[in-house]
Amino acid sequence: MRGSKKSTGPDLLIKRKGMSNTGALLLITVSLFVLLYIISIFLFKDSNFAKFSVFFNLFNNKAYLLMLALGLTVVMIAGSIDISVGSVTGLISMVIATMLLKEGVSAVWAIPASLGIGLAFGAAQGFLVSYLDIQPFIVTLTGMFFGRGMISVISSESVPITNKLFMSWSSAKVYIPFLYNARKNGTHDVAYLTPAAIVAIIVLIVMIIMLKKTKFGRSLYAIGGNPQSALLMGIDVKRTRFMAHVLCGLLAGIGGLLYTLFAPSGNPGNGYGYEIDAISSSVIGGVMLSGGVGLPIGTLFGVLINALIERVVPLLGIVDASWPRIITSAFLFVFIVLQSIFAGASKKGGFKLRLPERMKFKRNNNIEKTKPRSGIDL
Amino acid sequence: MNIMNTEPNSPALIMTGIGKSFPGVRALNNVDFKLRHGEIHALMGENGAGKSTLVKVLTGVYSMDEGSVKLDGKPVGIRSPQDAQKYGISTVYQEVNLCPNITVAGNLFLGREPRTMGLIDWRQMNRKAAELLQELNISADPTAQLDSYSIAIQQMIAIARAVNTECKFLILDEPTSSLDTDEVEKLFSLMRQLKGNGVGIIFITHFLEQVYEICDRITVLRNGELVGEYEVENLPRLELVTKMMGKEIENLSNLNIDRDESKFEGEVPIIEARDLSSGASKVAPFDLKMYKGEVVGFGGLLGSGRSELVRTIYGADKAVQGQLFIKGKSAKIRNPLDAMKKGMAYLPEDRKVDGIFADLSVRENIIIALQAKRGTFKRLTRKEMEKYADEYIALLNIKTASIETPMKSLSGGNQQKVILARWLLTNPEFMILDEPTRGIDVGTKTEIQKLILKLAGEGKSVAFISSEMDEMLRTCSRMVIMRDQYKVGELTDSDLNQNTIMRTIAGGEEGR
Amino acid sequence: MSDFSKGNKPAKLASKPFINRLLSNRLTFSVVILLIVVVQNIITTPTFFNISITNGLISGYIPNILDEASELVIVTLGMTLVIAVSGGVDISVGAIMVVAASFSGLLLNGSEYRTEVFHNPYILALFVGLLGGALCGAFNGFLVSGLKIQPMIATLILYTAGRSIAKQITYGQTIYIMNPTYKWLGVQIPGIPIRTTIIVSTIIIILVVLLTRLTSLGLYVQSVGINGSSARLVGLNSRVITFMAFVICGVLAGAAGLVGSSSVGSVNSGELGVGIEMDAILAVALGGNTLSGGKFSIAGSVIGAYTIQAITTTLYAMDVRADQLNVFKAFIIILIIVASSEVFKGKIKKLTRKLFSKNVSVGGLRDERQ
Repeated sequence: MRGSKKSTGPDLLIKRKGMSNTGALLLITVSLFVLLYIISIFLFKDSNFAKFSVFFNLFNNKAYLLMLALGLTVVMIAGSIDISVGSVTGLISMVIATMLLKEGVSAVWAIPASLGIGLAFGAAQGFLVSYLDIQPFIVTLTGMFFGRGMISVISSESVPITNKLFMSWSSAKVYIPFLYNARKNGTHDVAYLTPAAIVAIIVLIVMIIMLKKTKFGRSLYAIGGNPQSALLMGIDVKRTRFMAHVLCGLLAGIGGLLYTLFAPSGNPGNGYGYEIDAISSSVIGGVMLSGGVGLPIGTLFGVLINALIERVVPLLGIVDASWPRIITSAFLFVFIVLQSIFAGASKKGGFKLRLPERMKFKRNNNIEKTKPRSGIDL
Repeated sequence: MNIMNTEPNSPALIMTGIGKSFPGVRALNNVDFKLRHGEIHALMGENGAGKSTLVKVLTGVYSMDEGSVKLDGKPVGIRSPQDAQKYGISTVYQEVNLCPNITVAGNLFLGREPRTMGLIDWRQMNRKAAELLQELNISADPTAQLDSYSIAIQQMIAIARAVNTECKFLILDEPTSSLDTDEVEKLFSLMRQLKGNGVGIIFITHFLEQVYEICDRITVLRNGELVGEYEVENLPRLELVTKMMGKEIENLSNLNIDRDESKFEGEVPIIEARDLSSGASKVAPFDLKMYKGEVVGFGGLLGSGRSELVRTIYGADKAVQGQLFIKGKSAKIRNPLDAMKKGMAYLPEDRKVDGIFADLSVRENIIIALQAKRGTFKRLTRKEMEKYADEYIALLNIKTASIETPMKSLSGGNQQKVILARWLLTNPEFMILDEPTRGIDVGTKTEIQKLILKLAGEGKSVAFISSEMDEMLRTCSRMVIMRDQYKVGELTDSDLNQNTIMRTIAGGEEGR
Repeated sequence: MSDFSKGNKPAKLASKPFINRLLSNRLTFSVVILLIVVVQNIITTPTFFNISITNGLISGYIPNILDEASELVIVTLGMTLVIAVSGGVDISVGAIMVVAASFSGLLLNGSEYRTEVFHNPYILALFVGLLGGALCGAFNGFLVSGLKIQPMIATLILYTAGRSIAKQITYGQTIYIMNPTYKWLGVQIPGIPIRTTIIVSTIIIILVVLLTRLTSLGLYVQSVGINGSSARLVGLNSRVITFMAFVICGVLAGAAGLVGSSSVGSVNSGELGVGIEMDAILAVALGGNTLSGGKFSIAGSVIGAYTIQAITTTLYAMDVRADQLNVFKAFIIILIIVASSEVFKGKIKKLTRKLFSKNVSVGGLRDERQ
């Protein structure tokens, strides 16, 4: 298309009016969260959503999900995907539980174990996606299969964790002295963060800085936006994509550790479906399925919305555990359509969800356009 | 931002004796090319001329078989795109090679972002970007996302990025194809500015007018050989076109075909387009009439818009303006199936992309159009399919092991014949043939030309696009001439000779 | 009609030798794998080929495999079409199974969660179930062909929400349909010694083959999948064809859901069809179909589905648990995918060339044009 003449006028630098897609989506997400939270405050007077502790518990409950979602955010920005993070989480909790069964094994080993497993998955998958050029969905689907299978190989029954050190980490609370509300009986209900939540927040901050202010971070956006251009602009696309998967794996490793701290036992069903939650949180947080767009802060709000929904639904008297999923899916659908609209609006060509070549809904599979339009390119 | 202090007119980039072969093809043979600092140099040639290959050799994408390159007197070996960058050679392609999701400043500095204490300093980056854009008179906000700007601006930003990397030589590959007149002017002022700074610019284009507007010199290639290097002011348009197409100016004796267009007078045209244009292409709204039993050729340089024009008639690119009349009745063509049902057929220019179904058999490729016309539920029987396939294999002498052979196993020429068979099978009244003889052996080319005449004799109407003028002269009773996405004229009768055709294509002295 | 070599038969290239043709045939791949599994079974289970009649029903290892595979086979048929037309996958098929079963279960049970008597005619319930599948397929199809969303992402929505929604349809719980007629579909129609599932899956296979062969739908799907742009220029409506493929996939998944819930006499959203999408994709790949779309072979997919079931049964016989199975499946998928990746093939070609030729190719930039 000839392109819209959005910038005409004299040869001066024109400050562009309006905000970018990223900004708009982020605004919608944050507003949604704020809105839902305010509604919750008024709707559920008994549960006191206005209390600090309740708010911070959202972080505490979903610290692990934030890690998984950030991992997904990274790969999705880079134009890829990873649906194995849920089974990686489950696998890690099973491994830790089994490991700590033995007497004399220090809980400290849980850390390298988690990170190691996560990295291994990330590296293996990253290699297959990047260097063997296999579709990321298939690769990580296999990874998911493999992970779920390994869980059962290790144990088909729940393995509780009794390791003292680990349990102390799990139940630790870091109180924030100045954030409290008075209770009816006079004591203070002080907000706290678990070590897991603190780790998660630190990681979040690191991710924010990485994506915005490092060359690697910028190259992720580049390969997600247009891998051919990125290549011509001098970026090692394969390597960057590989590293994106490795990073996602690492974050899944951290996520697995944080999850085990949150729910200290190795259950065969752990982590089932968490990749969906991670993807939903990211998409709701403004990460575009088309790649190249997304902000970690948005993902945070996506996770918070997820946490809030899960917290609120039982209060509505709905005992059925499937409703939070339905509602999240509904939001997911809305945001997918929204993104489709935004992508279509900024480009002429109608209602299209632009996808990077890798994830593109291929009609002409691997057919090269010849230039000039002939069989021989001379 | 003055790049060089040397004399503005000394050849700074000298390519000598460049030769490059591919399996079965000699793409470049002993080609010389010289580029001076501070000049805008057009590189021109028709299909198969070797422009693209030459540029790829220069930018390190291909390695040359013979020849040498000298930059400012020093011989250099350019073995990769990174090398080319190092030597100050930057390329901006037709498809803007930037990332649409990143800001303008982000794109300008991708990979080279200014840093403070190890982390990217956005403020500095935005400031530097603003300075760069201002210097080059590009009106864009560094903090805005790239794809919020038109292609024209994006292209200039791509150039700005190239310039920012200390480039001495800038290659612009078809930069104006998607631009309108105002945008072209903006681009040109940027180019003039760069020229003033000493940058040597290679301008690859097929727009004649633009070449004459902005270029200092022209190098013409043809069939992998150098035809010559000329100064623009010393090369009239007609000569340029002649050199590109390789015809000498002389009157060829016309073949004995019936050129009498007057016999169509008073008849209702089978196809009539009025003020027709599509949204997808840049071809200016056009009028066209075609009559039963007529063969109309479409002449013009590569990229002049011939394919786009016929695609608009067929509905391959949906028409957004104007009207189409079929046999006198107004017709609404929303998609190719509509066109097919009204008796049209379209043989596309790029068979690999638009024509063949590589994994399907020859049989399936032949019957597919007819099947689509009949609909999902009126399936051709196996026997019918085999009969048709065998018929056309014999008719067009298609070389294939069997009718079940996958299409991709056939040679290019035979694939083309299969596609031709496909359309003949639908028994159309109006056929559009876009380069039907490309990649076909000489003997078969003649057969196809005879076939076209026969079709016309049977009352069919044929639109025939070819890059070989002989073919069209041998078969057409009228020619539509296009230049720079405009239909500039029609030639019939005695005007149908190479001389006049070339003159019309070239334009210039007579204006449009 | 013309001057083309009249009377001259066109030169036909020499026919490839049989062994070459066999090797390059897609089906060979899947048949070989099936044979390997079968042989392996014969070795470890001497009673493999034994067939007996127990309780009026033909049983034995082979009938078992055919029976257990029926849901997978039906779903695989639909998945084949989706992959062929779009190069993408439908991961919601498992969820669609539950949705369809829930629709029909709702009709049969009314509001009770356990009944003995049908509240509505059985046939009607079956029809509604299939309709539910069609609606789901239409939803997916709309997202893919209308909004142009990539299939994997588009079907993610039903994958996530489908089971939960289905559960709500049955008032939030697993329902049990105790009427013996319900089990006709999934187990046995009294008096007929062959398990109904085998009959039904065979009928459905035949129906799909007829659909793709007797109409031009099969040809259209392949054309759109191979080259959407060419398809459009020859008058095909890619959007509609893609949409239809997803709807058909939905209907088939629905049918599989009806069979599956019938075989256990209940609609359990937590168990019905769990993981079947992955198996279906694997079956399509095993069947020699390329996952990037285009040509497809129903026969290949069917063989692939039975092969997977055979592998599963074999592993069960070796006391491998269901979830551990996944590790094996993962390995197999990886092997197949890697082996068929272009990059890998290219490297193997280079390797064999180096090993078997005397001349070492000159390194440097790739100069060859495609």
